Amino acid sequence: MSIVDTIRAGNEAQQGLKPRSELTARELLREVGSVLRLSEAEAAKLGDVPVDPTEDQTMIINMGPQHPSTHGVLRLMLELRGEEVLRCKPIIGYLHTGMEKTGENLTFMQGGTNVTRMDYVSPLNNELVFSMATEKLLGIDGDIPERAVWMRMLLSELNRMSSHLLFLATNGMDIGAVSMMIYGWREREEVLRFFQKVTGLRMNHNFIRPGGVAADLPSGWRDDVLKLLDLIPPRLDEYDTLMTGQPIWRERLQGVGVITAQEALALGATGPILRSTGTAWDLRRDMPYLHYPEMDFDVIVGSYGDAFDRYAIRLNEVRESMKIVRQILDRMPGGDYRIQDKKVTPPPRARIDESMEALIHHFKIFTEGFKVPEGEVYTAIESPRGEIGCYIVSDGSATPYRIHVRAPSFVNIQCMPHMLRGGLIADAVAVISSVDPVLGEVDR
Amino acid sequence: MSDAPAATPDEAVSAPEPPSRHGCPLSDSRGQVVLHPSRQQYVGVVRALLDEGFEMCVDLTATDYLLFPERSLPAAVTPERFEIVVNLLSLSAKERIRLRVQVPADDPSIDSLFDLHPGTEAMEREVFDMFGITFNDHPDLTRILMPEDWEGFPLRKDYDTGAIPVQFSTDFGARS
Repeated sequence: MSIVDTIRAGNEAQQGLKPRSELTARELLREVGSVLRLSEAEAAKLGDVPVDPTEDQTMIINMGPQHPSTHGVLRLMLELRGEEVLRCKPIIGYLHTGMEKTGENLTFMQGGTNVTRMDYVSPLNNELVFSMATEKLLGIDGDIPERAVWMRMLLSELNRMSSHLLFLATNGMDIGAVSMMIYGWREREEVLRFFQKVTGLRMNHNFIRPGGVAADLPSGWRDDVLKLLDLIPPRLDEYDTLMTGQPIWRERLQGVGVITAQEALALGATGPILRSTGTAWDLRRDMPYLHYPEMDFDVIVGSYGDAFDRYAIRLNEVRESMKIVRQILDRMPGGDYRIQDKKVTPPPRARIDESMEALIHHFKIFTEGFKVPEGEVYTAIESPRGEIGCYIVSDGSATPYRIHVRAPSFVNIQCMPHMLRGGLIADAVAVISSVDPVLGEVDR
Repeated sequence: MSDAPAATPDEAVSAPEPPSRHGCPLSDSRGQVVLHPSRQQYVGVVRALLDEGFEMCVDLTATDYLLFPERSLPAAVTPERFEIVVNLLSLSAKERIRLRVQVPADDPSIDSLFDLHPGTEAMEREVFDMFGITFNDHPDLTRILMPEDWEGFPLRKDYDTGAIPVQFSTDFGARS
C-alpha cells in the first residue's frame, strides 16, 4: 500500500493533509504559507520537492490529537523531509460541543455559564465580553455601577496574569524546562485561590454577568491581592534567571517560528502574536473599554516576531497587569456591584422574605430570563490571547437569536503552517506552545 | 385640503438621502457602523475598504434568519434567509465596520475573501460547516469542526436539536 492509499483510506482524508500529487496550487499556497501573498507559482516553487512517483522522500505524520505538547486536542498533520517541516495543516474540531448552538437555547441570564467554558484559561474575559454585548443590546452599557466596572477590571487583569502564568508553565514544559512547569502552575494557583474566594470557583466562574457582577468582593480581599502582588514579582525575577537570560533557552526560541507584521495582519492574528511583530496594538489602549484609558500601563511590543518575543511579551504583560491591579486597588470605589435595574437584576435575598412581588419577580427572572430588545452588536475586548469578540443577534426574546464568539485562538492557529514551514520538527513544539491556543475556544 | 401633508416634488428632493458608503446602504446598530452590500458588491466593497485602511478582517460569521425574517434592515435591502456578517478593523484609524450581506436560501453561495484576507480561511470553513453556505474560490472548503461525514448544518434554524445518537466515523466492529 503506497502512502497515498494509506492516507486516502484514513478516516479523515478529506480534512487532512493530502499527498502532493493531489494538491491544487491554491491549497499548496495555503499550506506552505499563503500569507506571504505570493503568486501561486512562487509559492509552488517555495514548497518545491522533486516529485518522485514512489513518494518516499517525504513523510506525512500526525502530531496529536493526543500529543502532550499540543495543549489539548490539536492535531497537526506535518509533511516532513528528514526533520524539516515542509507543510503543515492544523486539524481541529475534536472538542467541538456546539456551544454557539447551545447558547441559542440559554437565556441571557444563563449565557455566562456557557461562554465561560469556551476559553477555560481566561473565563472571566469571556464573561466580560458576553456581558458587555448584552448590556449594549439592553442599552445599559453606560449605567453599570462604578464598583462593578472596577471589579471587572480587577478580575480581568488577574485573569490575564493567571493565564500568562499558565502559558509560562506549559511553554517551559514544552521546551524542556520542566521545573518551570511546576513554578508556573504554583503561581497560577495563588491567583486561582483568590478567584475561589471571590467567585466561589477556581474556573468557569459565571461571576461577571449582564448588569454587573454576581457578588461583592469578600472582606479581606485587598490584603489577598496585596499578598499576591508581593508574592509574584520575585517569582517573575526567578523566571528571568531561570529562562530569559539563559543561553539554552534563548537558543531554543530565538528565530523560531518567525512571522512578520504584514503576515500577522493578513491572517487576523491578534494579541501577543501581533505584538511580537512590532505592531503596538492592544484594545485596552487603542479601543478602550471599562476604565482602561485612566490606567497607566505599557503595551509590550516585540521586534522579531519569533517565539522568544512571544514568551517575553507574555512574561512582561504579567508585570504590566500587576501595575494595573495596583492602580485599581487605589481607586476601587464603594457602592453597588450590580445595576439597580428591576428588569435585569433580581431582587436581593432580604426583599424576598418580605415581599410577594419580589418573590414573583425573582422567580420570573430566573425561569424566563429578561427580554432583550431587537438588534445586533459586536463587542470586543483584549483577552490574554488576543481580541475576543462577541456577536449577538437578539429577536426581542429572552434568549439570543444567534450568539457567536470570535475566539482569538481559532484565528491564531492559522499562523501555524506559516511559522512552522522550513523549521525542524523539534521547533514545532516550541511554535505550538508560543501560539498558546486553548482548544476549548478553538472548537467551541 | 391644502394643509394636508402631501409630498410635493420639492419636498421629495429635499428629503435626506439614505446614508450610503461605496454605493451600499449604511445603517447604525447601537452606535456601530453597518454596511449592507449586495452579494455582487461584496468583494469589491471589502477591497475598497482594505484600500481605505481596514487592514484586518477580524471576524466572519453568518446568521440564519429563518425564524426572524422581520429584523430591521435599510429600505434598499431585500431580506434573505442567510446573512454573512463580516467585521473589519482599521488599526490606523482605530475604527470598526461591519458588513451584512444577504444570501438567499435557494443559492447559498458567496465569493471568498481568501485573496484579500487569508485569515478568513478558517472562518469561512466554519460558516460552510455550520450553515452550508459555499464560498466560491475557497482553497479548501471542507468541514472544520464537525466530522466530515456529518449530515446537515447544525447552526441552521431548521436543524433539530435534541437527542442524537453518538456517531463514530469508524466502525470498530463487534467486541470479541
